Amino acid sequence: MKQLLAAAVAALALAAAPAHAALKVLACEPEWGALAQELGGSLVDVSVATTSLQDPHQIQARPSLIARTRNADLVVCTGAELEAGWLPVLLQQSGNDRVQPGRAGNFAAADYVRKLEIPASLDRSQGDVHAAGNPHIQTDPRNIAAVATALATRLQQVDTAHAAQYGERAAAFQQKWQQAIARWNAQAVPLRGLPVASQHKGYVYLYDWLGMKEVVVLEPKPGVEPSAAHLQGVLAALKATPARMVLYSAYQDPRPSEWLGKNAGIPVVKIPFTVGGSDAAKDLFGLFDDTLARLLAAAGGK
Amino acid sequence: MESTWRRAGLVLCLAAGSAAAQPAPDTQSLRRELDAMRAEYEQRIRALEERLRAAEQAAQSQQAPAQSQQAAPGAVVVPAVPAAVAVPAVPAPSPTPTARASPPPLLEASLILSGQYTHTSRDPADYRIRGFPLPPTAEIGPGTRGFSLAESELGLTANIDPWFRGFAAIAFTPDNQVSVEEAYVQTTSLGQGLTLKAGRFFSSVGYLNAQHAHTWDFVDAPLAYQAMLGRQFGDDGVQLAWLAPTDQFFEIRAELGRGRSFPGTDTNRNGAGMAAVSAHSGGDIGDSHSWRAGLSFLRARADNQDLAAFDSVGNPITNAFTGNTRVWVADAVWKWAPNGNPSRQNFKLQAEYLYSTRDGSVVVDTTGLASPGNFRASQSGWYLQGLYQFMPRWRVGLRTERLNPGVPDYGANAGLVGLDSGNPTKQTLMLDWSPSEFSRWRLQAAQDRARPGDPDWQWTVQYQMSLGAHGAHSY
Ligand SMILES: [Zn+2]
Repeated sequence: MKQLLAAAVAALALAAAPAHAALKVLACEPEWGALAQELGGSLVDVSVATTSLQDPHQIQARPSLIARTRNADLVVCTGAELEAGWLPVLLQQSGNDRVQPGRAGNFAAADYVRKLEIPASLDRSQGDVHAAGNPHIQTDPRNIAAVATALATRLQQVDTAHAAQYGERAAAFQQKWQQAIARWNAQAVPLRGLPVASQHKGYVYLYDWLGMKEVVVLEPKPGVEPSAAHLQGVLAALKATPARMVLYSAYQDPRPSEWLGKNAGIPVVKIPFTVGGSDAAKDLFGLFDDTLARLLAAAGGK
Repeated sequence: MESTWRRAGLVLCLAAGSAAAQPAPDTQSLRRELDAMRAEYEQRIRALEERLRAAEQAAQSQQAPAQSQQAAPGAVVVPAVPAAVAVPAVPAPSPTPTARASPPPLLEASLILSGQYTHTSRDPADYRIRGFPLPPTAEIGPGTRGFSLAESELGLTANIDPWFRGFAAIAFTPDNQVSVEEAYVQTTSLGQGLTLKAGRFFSSVGYLNAQHAHTWDFVDAPLAYQAMLGRQFGDDGVQLAWLAPTDQFFEIRAELGRGRSFPGTDTNRNGAGMAAVSAHSGGDIGDSHSWRAGLSFLRARADNQDLAAFDSVGNPITNAFTGNTRVWVADAVWKWAPNGNPSRQNFKLQAEYLYSTRDGSVVVDTTGLASPGNFRASQSGWYLQGLYQFMPRWRVGLRTERLNPGVPDYGANAGLVGLDSGNPTKQTLMLDWSPSEFSRWRLQAAQDRARPGDPDWQWTVQYQMSLGAHGAHSY
């Protein structure tokens, strides 16, 4: 009888041992999933709501995502209205108080970086503009560093029992990351001042970092697919101000960029845009290694 | 801050109050209130911007070291790790928002503008769904012919405090009425997957019922909804939702309400006139497929509910029903999008089956014979619809539906009431074009065989535009 009781108590203790359970992190985009993994290691159990082949503006609040939000200890998203069409539904229907806006379990990466393209006036006639500025902050590794600092602090706050480990992991990551940035900066010298065309206004932070110049955007308005007539106009504009390459993201329809590349005679560069967007972009380091390799190949080919 | 809230409250009271008693409020005064609120926000945002510009400059100077690395390529500079990271158990981080990265406005307003042109081959005034005795006021059929303002809707939502969120949807109908479609408060802090809602809301039974009309894929509600749920069942009451802590989506919602609308009736009674429970499950199959399916049950009580009927020789009469209605709803939706990216192409298949029983007594011909007797009816109906976005911005949809009125049992009054024969059916084809996620134009053609006799050919051109806050849509 005593043995049975002891066994039952042991089983109960095992079942109710959240102290040893990994912190459940739900990342809205793959880059933040990868960052949470770097900072949390085995302390975190990371799940990512979207893939590199999905348009983060256009996700549906699917039942599977609601279920994952329900169980998350920490939700890590870009913010800056990128997920305005779906994240509020996930949060409202989750019944999870820990991850509501304003709570420690709700983390918006864009709150911790200097944002670009903040519209002077907000008018939908300009397309789907984001009042909070351009939300595609993950294409600049300096932003990743700033977010890493804030996210590590937040992990420490949500999972105080492992605060020291998060601190150590974050310090190690920052050291590796700053070395990588220095390497990328050196590699990217040939890209400085290069005029380029983009399919979506998704690379303003990349250009800001590398000193590239966006001379034209294929989408007539952010989020609006370019028509044939509009592409003709873009082609005409390139006659006056030529671009050296045209960039599009892995999740996008490559046809507008390919059409322009063929007709303007410039290389077409598929940017992984996030972790998983190419075979080489397996993690954050691979993401920037591969992005730079693709840009340099296109720049060198001319 | 306080005055903002007073204004927000005023807007709500204005709308709610006038819907209850006063004549329709002029929308201009609502707009004036909103404009005043906006002006106030803009002032505050400008003040914030001033303060944050300083912070931004500080942030820029922090980035200077990173920039200087560019000047010296190859040099490996390892900056000191920020102290906040190295020191465990730090206090809450203070976000460093920049410029307009201010929090969203305290009250988010959205306005749905919708209008339509309808052409029907038969007169909508004598529309009915054969075999389904409904209240004379029932919202059925294609509405009015010609040009009309379709339902336009003002939506207001905000977090109230750390514990509650509020939402109100105020509908402006074509005939200058204002009605409160939904107005509820909802908890945000119960945790454990629990959410409690109180106020007026659309019931969670089925799939389409809880969704606002402007998010539907067709102009009108399916016949089964019109005949068995009063188009869309909403009530005043409470709802408790619980989401299971499993990887598979599993949710239960239970509701209690006064039963103020069909199939119930508003009465002077303590307790609940309506009870409903719904269970839904769902998930993904690979990256490209997702689904949700559920079963719901609704019970509502009616007292002296007027139902339009006709006598054995075909003259219109009014019967009064007192008793219980039970509605079972089975719903399923399956969505496909290549790699889970619906922006270019996607497909949605959706079906619901409704089964309704009414059990109680009926007074036949209330203004004439007034003959009481027992009443019992079992009725059912279903619809199946597919929506295909074949290229960006363009969708085509097909809906097929059929009702089974059964044979109602009028007990002692059998013979006094005329019975319809045949099953109502309807086929609908829809094409819509959405220049952006905020605007949509739609063309719909339907062959409606709800009435006996010739089919009614219904043509509708509709627009739906969304102004204001970026609304998130449920699955
Ligand atoms: Zn964007």
